[in-house]
Amino acid sequence: MKAELLKIAEAVVGKAAAGEQVEVVTVHGKETEIRVYQGEIESFTAAESQGVGIRVVQDGRQGMAYAGSLDSDVLNETLEEARDNASFGTPDEFQAIAEPDGVESVSLDLLDPSLANFANEEKIAMAIDLERSILQADTRIIGVESTDYVDSINTSAIVTSTGIRRANQEGGCYVAASSLASDGVDTQTGFGYSVGRSPANLDIGKASADATERATRLLGAKKTESGRMTVILDPYVTAQFLGIIGSTLSGEALLKGRSLFADRDGDQVAPNFLTLIDDPTDIDAFTATEADGEGLASRKNTLIDQGSLCGFLHNTYTARALGTSSTGSAVRSYNSSPGAGPLALKLTPGESSQSELIEQVGEGILIQGVAGLHSGVNPVSGDFSAGAEGLMIRQGDLAEPVREVTVASTLQRMLLDIQNIGNDLERLPMKSSGVSIVVDDIMVSGV
Amino acid sequence: MLEQDLIERVLNEALKSGGEFAEVFVEDKRSSSALFDDAKVEELTSGRDRGAGIRVVVGETTGFAHTADLSEQGLMIAARAAASATRANGSSSQVNDLEQVVSPSPNKVETFPELVAKETKVNLLIQADEVARSQGAAITQVSARYGDSRRKILVANSDGVFASDDQVRTLFSISCVATGDTGMQTGRESIGRPIGFELFDDVDVEELAERAAHRALTKLNARPAPSGTMPVVIGSGGGGVLFHEACGHGLEADLVNKQASVFAGKVGETVASELVTLIDDGTMSHEWGAFAIDDEGRPAQRNVLIENGVLVDYMWDGLRSRNEGRLSSGNGRRQSYHVLPMVRMTNTYIANGETDPQDIIEDTSTGVYVAQLGGGQVNTATGDFVFGMTEAYLIEDGEITEPIREGNLIGNGPEVLNQIDALGNDFDMGSPGTCGKDGQGVPVGDGTPTLRVTSLTVGGTAG
Repeated sequence: MKAELLKIAEAVVGKAAAGEQVEVVTVHGKETEIRVYQGEIESFTAAESQGVGIRVVQDGRQGMAYAGSLDSDVLNETLEEARDNASFGTPDEFQAIAEPDGVESVSLDLLDPSLANFANEEKIAMAIDLERSILQADTRIIGVESTDYVDSINTSAIVTSTGIRRANQEGGCYVAASSLASDGVDTQTGFGYSVGRSPANLDIGKASADATERATRLLGAKKTESGRMTVILDPYVTAQFLGIIGSTLSGEALLKGRSLFADRDGDQVAPNFLTLIDDPTDIDAFTATEADGEGLASRKNTLIDQGSLCGFLHNTYTARALGTSSTGSAVRSYNSSPGAGPLALKLTPGESSQSELIEQVGEGILIQGVAGLHSGVNPVSGDFSAGAEGLMIRQGDLAEPVREVTVASTLQRMLLDIQNIGNDLERLPMKSSGVSIVVDDIMVSGV
Repeated sequence: MLEQDLIERVLNEALKSGGEFAEVFVEDKRSSSALFDDAKVEELTSGRDRGAGIRVVVGETTGFAHTADLSEQGLMIAARAAASATRANGSSSQVNDLEQVVSPSPNKVETFPELVAKETKVNLLIQADEVARSQGAAITQVSARYGDSRRKILVANSDGVFASDDQVRTLFSISCVATGDTGMQTGRESIGRPIGFELFDDVDVEELAERAAHRALTKLNARPAPSGTMPVVIGSGGGGVLFHEACGHGLEADLVNKQASVFAGKVGETVASELVTLIDDGTMSHEWGAFAIDDEGRPAQRNVLIENGVLVDYMWDGLRSRNEGRLSSGNGRRQSYHVLPMVRMTNTYIANGETDPQDIIEDTSTGVYVAQLGGGQVNTATGDFVFGMTEAYLIEDGEITEPIREGNLIGNGPEVLNQIDALGNDFDMGSPGTCGKDGQGVPVGDGTPTLRVTSLTVGGTAG
């Protein structure tokens, strides 16, 4: 498949006219998605999809076109559209297709051969097992709204008229379940999942235990008093915040005057025990990749080093416009032009387990889930406010559950208010790994 | 798009091994967009997506496959894949004679987007950028986007449905950054309708640009939002998303059937203040969530969900309504041919009330006035929801006073519905939205008159 996609992309790039830069991305995906409900298959999706994205830069003008097909007539039409679109762009001397930059890519083995050979019957059985295990785990579990097994093998190629030629293949799978618990009065929901490169890596027991505990421990949850409190963010919640902080460190946000960290290079933006890196070469990261969206080698970038801000993430365009080099941080799908941003974020873990953090904090809230981050965080101003649920921490122990409260601060203050980082690094199905963190002085709104 | 004979052969193939129901959904979508950012035409993008999704239902199981190959061979392969996924094992079942149903579209398109020169589209953006920047030196960045799409769909199923629709959508949005002593603030405005370029005959992009810029400038002087529980007045138009989240999702039959909704088993019961009549209406002419047929071939419907506080009905798609032996309510929608349809809202709104909105504000001694809400999110099983305030003010002594910074509101759907104690007579629809569910986005509209909720939690930072 890699060779096939490369060949198709090369053929299109071969049509580049003099003075014209052309970049072609071709993709192919194969996916199985199984949803079970009450011991039966609710839906089974077997899908293969393909697509092409073509970017043309002519005299500093950029144009883009894409199609969900690799048929030759479609490829020609897409190239013509991209060319036509380029003619309307504003000339920009920094606009350019990436060129090889000499950075060697780290070789990552992201496709486990056993994934392609795993029998559908076994995949179905895993999902049914997970559902049954949750239903049997606790009498307060009244149902599992959905239990999914999903796997995919994605292949992509990128070829440019500037000399880039690369193909990648990666595979992954996960199981996930949404549980419902009730104590007869109150209903709560929870979720659990497990992610791996092969079904053999999936931990059904952990997914089941998480789905059960998350739902049942919130039963009877109430609002709490409003006030400034110390909170512990569960790894999953921390990861969601890191994703937003990562986006503020995009070279694109910087270039266009939308980064709240502009002109802060070298400043102490977090306590000195905090180091934030973006490392897509870490094979354990869910989003590990050998190359960025422009085909440059992906690389480890340190964003905050011992509390001090030390860099932004760049693609070719933002780097050229700001007089620096690409950090291999082009982010895109085949149907969009490259942005700049994190690929695989990670906070360097600390020493304490989550239960030790709870003991050290004494009084506060463990935030197990947040809602409304997409509407409640403004990555330009840094203001954030999110719905939250979790458990009160009293006298160093988890106490009664809390729901329907909000937590609010600004991203800038929150970073400075981090008191501790746990040792419970967790790989999650997103661009950021998670770890428990303790944040002081968060405004909690309840009653 | 495809010949009826061919579709029939594909449906027969899909049911050869004994499925009970088969459907072919064909989609051909062209889209184009233009982005003006950082004082430049950054790029124009064109897209084409064409393919078919085929599903086969056997008992409680749905098998699904999709293909970008619309040749007979490609469709047959997908039909067999969908059938084998159901593990059906029986003699072939019957496909009813396909009968072409023509449903009138609520949306009359005058100027198809592909007939408009790209330059004309780009000029709208340039014009908007100029106006936004002229609103004040504090406006430091502007981004404007134009987008259009034309989506032709054809749906045929073994019950005999054979229906098609030609759906055009045109969208414009502008977002401004204002910079002051306290940092940066943003303001956004958008307009979208399921029509062509004639949208701009009625819509003045300069006015939108002005409004977006002023929203950002106003927030520069905004105080931190208060925190705690208080009365909240939601302005007309900008607040419809409250009901989309607070109860719309909980009235989707797929969630209700799995007991994952607080509204399960409550038809006929009083679930809201008697002021509340909630309607989902896919036939609302020129509104963002309107269409001729849903993505299962069912004509769009107007459905009263809550009438004077009493729960009348849920929203249904084909699968869920078949099980209940009733008709779909025209709410079976899908993002694209790549995915299965599910129960989705269309245009969801609260019917108009009788009170002068000014009286509602004057009658509120202290609280928050929300002129525009951002996106939201709900847990349908508990009813807890949140949504962001993108433009809000304090109410002090019955008057709207100072602007406040962004924050979330949080509440519980069933509780909030019962706490609506005033409803204005100034109904309006809000901005075009994209509703996300299970990873799929579909265009939806919402609307509301001004209304007051006696108690909502405002998630600000001020103590």
